[in-house]
Amino acid sequence: MSIRVLRPGLLTTLQDRGRHGLQHVGLCPGGAMDPVALALANALVGNEAGEAALEITVIGPELSFEEETLVALCGAEFDGSFPHNRPVLAPAGSRFNVGHAGRGARAYLAVAGGFSVEPVLGSRSTYLPGHFGGFQGRSLKHGDALALRDPVATGRFAKLKKTRNGTVKWSAPPFTLPDREPILVHVLEGQHFASFDSSAQRSFFDTVWKIAPESNRMGFRLSGPVLARSEQNEILSGPTALGTVQVPANGTPIALMADHQTTGGYPRIAEIVSADVARLAQLAPGGTVHFARCDLGMAAELRHDARERLSTALRGIAWNYGQ
Amino acid sequence: MVPLGDCAAYIEFADKLDLEVNAFVQQLAVAVHARARPWMRDVVPALGGIALHYDPDHPDVHGDALEAAAILVQECMKGNGAAEEAPVRAVEVPVCYERAFAPDLEEVARHAKLDVEEIARIHAGGEYRVLMIGFAPGHAYMSGLDAKLAVPRRATPRALVAPGAVAIANEQTVIYPYAISGGWSVIGRTPMAVFDAAREAPSLLASGDRVRFRAITAEEFMALKK
Repeated sequence: MSIRVLRPGLLTTLQDRGRHGLQHVGLCPGGAMDPVALALANALVGNEAGEAALEITVIGPELSFEEETLVALCGAEFDGSFPHNRPVLAPAGSRFNVGHAGRGARAYLAVAGGFSVEPVLGSRSTYLPGHFGGFQGRSLKHGDALALRDPVATGRFAKLKKTRNGTVKWSAPPFTLPDREPILVHVLEGQHFASFDSSAQRSFFDTVWKIAPESNRMGFRLSGPVLARSEQNEILSGPTALGTVQVPANGTPIALMADHQTTGGYPRIAEIVSADVARLAQLAPGGTVHFARCDLGMAAELRHDARERLSTALRGIAWNYGQ
Repeated sequence: MVPLGDCAAYIEFADKLDLEVNAFVQQLAVAVHARARPWMRDVVPALGGIALHYDPDHPDVHGDALEAAAILVQECMKGNGAAEEAPVRAVEVPVCYERAFAPDLEEVARHAKLDVEEIARIHAGGEYRVLMIGFAPGHAYMSGLDAKLAVPRRATPRALVAPGAVAIANEQTVIYPYAISGGWSVIGRTPMAVFDAAREAPSLLASGDRVRFRAITAEEFMALKK
């Protein structure tokens, strides 16, 4: 069983929940930029939440399915022929053009049983800078044939078989997508927040930041006012994390995303709370964001709310399948 | 100790480079790693402190993850006597310093007012210590560069350096793992894979390693590369 790539799209890579435990040798966890959408896509086809799926970025691929395949596309809304946020039984020989992203930037295409690639260092995620993981360590190309593993959730298959057009009327909620922009993202003050001058501190929170074109899986560059520091000393290179906002000497902040560097020598003005990273990941270049200050208590609340929303959605999917 | 978001904390012991503090941080990281709980995802020794990455909602955390991380580090610091000292690894890295592998060698030679052979001889004659792995997988920052070779970072970084490029800046030396953009002066290249995901130990170097460079010819480079 396999899926053939007729057109690869802008950047289509296999991603799961990434690889932890290797940051001490400089390897970031990586994985899906929007793990919430990944979990929903997997649930719709009966996979484990962390199974690898295709991460589709802004311009989607065109795919053909050699055999009848249970698939689901979750996350950003694309304008192609593929139904979103619901399980779809793609008929043998069918072709789907995912199209262009309207709302959001990244969608996940999961297949029942998952893709047949060997995990590298405990994960099937593609790590592009290191050319390893996922499908041959790279993004998809025209002509690639992606082998699939045998589906496990055959019950879901049978249910969809009985429907008229191979899909269902219900859908999973796309709750990481921006309802309106700018989106609101919560941050903790970073270690070096106080070293920025007071007008830079103010404008960090007052500005509607725009995602610059030179943004990728490593980091989002934020265009807006230049943030100046009152102290000009170089800081000692220190660790970074997913969501660290660092400010290089040119004063343009960079929000570190899934494939971030593990250490950095730039001052860290803020740390995006983990609950909001997936929503930020749904902004394409040109998308807008503003930052609100919060503390660890609120970060925990936001995390618990996000987890509750996801588990409610997962229960809803299971209920709809009658399990 | 500062939170690095809500899933990590950074405990900083020095905000300037201090080799003693750095050695202490490396010992501490070994101790913390050995006692790491299931909720701990990564223990990262940096130049002047240690970062702990964790799952704050893991059922074993029992309360506040930041606090639990602080307690764990404190326990390790108490027990961090000479008995727990980790053995120091010695690693020899072959480097070809010939012109074809060293695009910035002549510029460094001009800056240091030495001839190019002398640069290679001094660099290969030193003993280095890995202060931190960071920036990219396997990318080691090493101290021990002879002060005669202390050149500033390049004003304009190279768009792409070769994988295995050995470079210097200030009083440190690095080896680039992949073809990436880099701001240090490249004076040689190793045929060794700095980071190989298929290898049992993916990273050639680890924090705390003692490193020596061995000068090799272009022929040896090609032979080792295979």
